[in-house]
Amino acid sequence: MNSIIPIIAGFLSGLIGAMGFGGGGVLIIYLVIFAGTPQIVAQGINLIFFIPCAITATIIYLIKRQIKIKIILPVIAGGITGVISASYFFGFIKSEWLSTIFAIFLIVMGLSSIVKIIKVKSM
Amino acid sequence: MTTVKKFISGFVIGAINILLGAGGGMLTVPLYKKMNMSQKEAQINAVATILPITIVSAFIYVKNGDVKISDSYIYLIPGLIGSIIGTFAIKKFSNNILSIIFSIFMVWAGLRLLFK
Repeated sequence: MNSIIPIIAGFLSGLIGAMGFGGGGVLIIYLVIFAGTPQIVAQGINLIFFIPCAITATIIYLIKRQIKIKIILPVIAGGITGVISASYFFGFIKSEWLSTIFAIFLIVMGLSSIVKIIKVKSM
Repeated sequence: MTTVKKFISGFVIGAINILLGAGGGMLTVPLYKKMNMSQKEAQINAVATILPITIVSAFIYVKNGDVKISDSYIYLIPGLIGSIIGTFAIKKFSNNILSIIFSIFMVWAGLRLLFK
């Protein structure tokens, strides 16, 4: 059945995202590379997708009292401000450029992650 | 870390969140580790931080018509199940080997996207 692949992709994305890997890029990678989705749509899907997963995880973490609300509040405030500001300034970026920017972001993040781990391991 | 620094860091995270629709965790986790959280604490608080930020981003995407909420339906429930399992697996599997494997995957995916 054709639905099985998106379902597996969704499951893996949720699993990997909740474990803290990859900043949620897994679903976008699947959507753009394997499902042929336009970059901006894939990004939108990923954002929406993240919300119920994150709400569930956050509720669990709140119950376990693992969230440091005082520390993260300024970051959240800055984050929301950044979102709104960026939406005004970068609304003109086309889907093709977005794909390139996203790809470069993936490579940079991946490489710096590898370097970081190697540094720590060789200490 | 001062409140202003936290705000500015959050600003960058938010900007990238709406620009790329992802990546918040990759920036937020190192930020929180700099604030002396452990790896696990940083990951947990990163999720809680990115949640409200993502809600705003998603709202803007939908409002602009870049995506329909229904586009995401098929991924939502499997994703939910995956993430619940993930929160309990976070202790067992957040280690270096998995991180390296995943980082290599990210570089591969980026190259693939560049040269599609």
